[in-house]
Formats: sequence, structure tokens, C-alpha cells
Amino acid sequence: MAEQTVIKHIKTPLTPETVKSLKAGDVVRISGYIYTARDAAHKRLSEALARGEKLPFDLKDNVIYYVGPTPTKPGEVVGSAGPTTSGRMDKYTPGLIEHGVRGMIGKGFRSKEVIDACVRYGAIYFAAIGGAAAVISQSIKGEKMIAYEDLGPEAIRRYEVEDFPAIVCIDTEGNDFYKIGIAKYSKE
Amino acid sequence: MREIDVKEISAAVSRLCKEACYYLPEDLLEKFKDSVKTEESPLGREILGTIIENADLAKRKDVPICQDTGLTVVFMEIGQEVHFDGGDLYTAIHEGVADGYVNGYLRKSSVSDPLFVRKNTNDNTPAIIHTTIVPGEKVKITVCPKGCGSENMGAMKMLKPADGVEGVIKFVVDTVRSAGPNPCPPITVGVGIGGNMERAAILAKHSLTRKVGVHNSDPKYAELEKQLLDLVNKTGVGPSGLGGTTTAVAVNIEYTPTHIGALPVAVNLNCHAARRAETEI
Repeated sequence: MAEQTVIKHIKTPLTPETVKSLKAGDVVRISGYIYTARDAAHKRLSEALARGEKLPFDLKDNVIYYVGPTPTKPGEVVGSAGPTTSGRMDKYTPGLIEHGVRGMIGKGFRSKEVIDACVRYGAIYFAAIGGAAAVISQSIKGEKMIAYEDLGPEAIRRYEVEDFPAIVCIDTEGNDFYKIGIAKYSKE
Repeated sequence: MREIDVKEISAAVSRLCKEACYYLPEDLLEKFKDSVKTEESPLGREILGTIIENADLAKRKDVPICQDTGLTVVFMEIGQEVHFDGGDLYTAIHEGVADGYVNGYLRKSSVSDPLFVRKNTNDNTPAIIHTTIVPGEKVKITVCPKGCGSENMGAMKMLKPADGVEGVIKFVVDTVRSAGPNPCPPITVGVGIGGNMERAAILAKHSLTRKVGVHNSDPKYAELEKQLLDLVNKTGVGPSGLGGTTTAVAVNIEYTPTHIGALPVAVNLNCHAARRAETEI
């Protein structure tokens, strides 16, 4: 297992080589653009794909962040913007990975289908610290509305991030750091 | 009889929504600081440190601790000598929630219809209101916004009386273990035992309004709370569910009489951003 003190700095869009070099348990800082999408946006993206339509942003090698931020207070760049539970996106994720998504940021368990898609297409799942929304927002330097503005907090936004803090949870070999970490400290 | 204008209730609810979402309760913050000293996982200690830093930052900037500012749960204890003037009480509570969420830059997360429409109501109403009538002429309002990361991990089971204490322990620990990282540990585990199906669920939620370190006044239940806390912290789930020894900071049980043939148990998990704010009018 990786030493927790080593921090890997990575840039988006992610290259297949970068993704391959990351292992479950690695602590990372992500810089570049990432795209927000949660339940309703995933539904719309997947429906658009099924109809063969062009998507509002290019999925290829990009990272999707599962978040629905609070409204931005005057004088701030964004509102509080921590990760939401990823498992609710599991139904849509393999399809998005197949169409080019290279990374996801969220929190919580993923399904076997998602893990299998990560292995098959070389994608990666990062965990951010759930509930640490004010701290995480400090790493978001810019925001642009991309699509589905009518969805309010569920709209797709592009965030410009600098050293966004995360931990590699599922790597391209299918290792799941939730399982590894919990097994290590279980006393049952 | 005491007259209270419902506008006073609206104003209090609005203020409490903001306070609850911006300021982590002090008792919880102290508990997290203690947990840093006992957590065995280095990564777990770092995560606890980030949680503490996050609470400090949110307080300093008056911004939400967590982006999921939840559905707004409002517990009200109403003295039976009180008469509300100037409109109806429930409308006043909803108006207070709408004002707090709109003007406090809190996220609006309520959808009008759960199944077909799912359209955002844009002001976080309706609140989920639980009222009880008590003796006296005061009104106590407790506002507990709660996100769905933790709420979705709750569970309810109608156990058999023969399942007994062992059955309750197994159900609670299984619920925490299978929730894993999803409810944003370190969690508070709320347990409602007895009554019927809906009573147990409300007790479990109400137990989350308790301060950390306060136990059930019945020694048998207080002992069970300690035993359960010890057991859930052996699951290895840890901070953020990435492994560790601080899975929960408290287990709170509330109980009530039940039927001769029943043993209802509800478990309501609260995330580390366990938001609650209260006032008395």
C-alpha cells in the first residue's frame, strides 16, 4: 500500500498513462478542468447518448465530479462543493466510461459493474472527503456553466481546480481502497 | 395562556437553518479533536484533521459545512398553554425554512414529487415537521437539516421479541458496516426501539438531536449504547470509510413501550456534519 505522506500531483485531462500509474490508496492533488454532474445530469447525459446526440462536453479523458454545490455567496468563486454519494450514479457510469470518461470523483462504494468498466477501459475512481465541502471549495478557482442550467444544483458546471484533494479508490487493476482500508482496521 | 405571533417562529426557524448549516456543534467538534488522538489509521487522522479544519473554515466564513444542506427536519415541543397568532404554524415554519435557505445561500434539495416529476421546489420546502405537545407555555424548536448521503443508509426492521438484545446489536452493527463510507463517517448512530413502525423511526431521528457524551437515562440502555459504540468502531470503516478505528462518535438509543408481539428497531445514521441548532421561545 502507498505511503500516505506521498502526494501525487496530476493534471486533467488525464492520460491513459497517468491513470495507469495511480494505485488504490494514493493521495493525489488534481489540477485542470473537471466537470460536475450528479443524478439528474447523469440521466440526461445517458439519455442523450442513447439517442445518439452530441453531448454538452467532450467526455474523452475528462473527469466527472459528483457534486451539487450550494449557491455562490457574493465575493466567493463557488459555494460549498463536496462530493456526493457515487453509488447513485452506478447505473450510468459504465456507459459514460465506455464513451471516454477517464475519471470520477465522489464518495462511497461503487458497483462491480463500475469496477469492471474501470479495468476494461482504464478509468479511475477518486474519493474526496465527504462533508469537507468548505475546504474542498478552496481548491476550485473558476466555474463555468456548461449545460442543464434548469437543474439548479444538478446542472453541469466546469470547475477549474488547483490541487483538488482526493484519494485513489478504484484503480485500473480493479483494486478497491475502501475494501483494503476497512479490512486493515477491522477487529471483528 | 401565552400568545406567540407565528412571525416569531418563522424568524427563529430561518436563523436556525443558517446556524445549523454553518456551525458544527461544539460538543461534536471537541469529540473529533479527541478522536485524532485515538485514531489508529494515519490517513484517518488526516481526514479527521480536515473535518476539523472544514468546520473552522465554515464558521469563519459563514458558509455551509457541507454542500448537502439536506431536507430540513424541525422538531417542536409546544407548551399546551401557547396560542399561535397571525397565521398558521406550519406555513410559518415553511416560510422560515424558505427564508433561511434562500437568503443563507443554502442548497435547495427538495423535489416536489418523489417518483414522476422530481421538480425542485427551489426553496427547500416543505420541511419535515414533528410536533409534540408538552406542559407549560414555552416553545422549543430544534432544526436538524440532514443530507441524503447518511439518510439513505438508514434501515428499519420489525424484529421478533425472541431476537432480543442480540438481534438489536446485530441489526445495528450490520447497518453501519454495510453503509461503509456512504454516510460520511465518523457518524452518529441513532437507534429507535419499540413503539410501532413509524414511532421507532421518529425516535431514531430524534435521538440524533442529543449532544455527544449524553447517554440514555436508563442504565441498561446507556450500557447498550456504549457496547454498540465499541462494536461499530471494530468494523474498521473509519473516517470517510477508508479504514480506521473512528467509525462512530456516539450511539444514541431512544425507546418506548411496544406490542407484546413486536420489537421494532430503526437505525438512522448521521454524517460527521451532524447539523442541529435549537432555541426556546
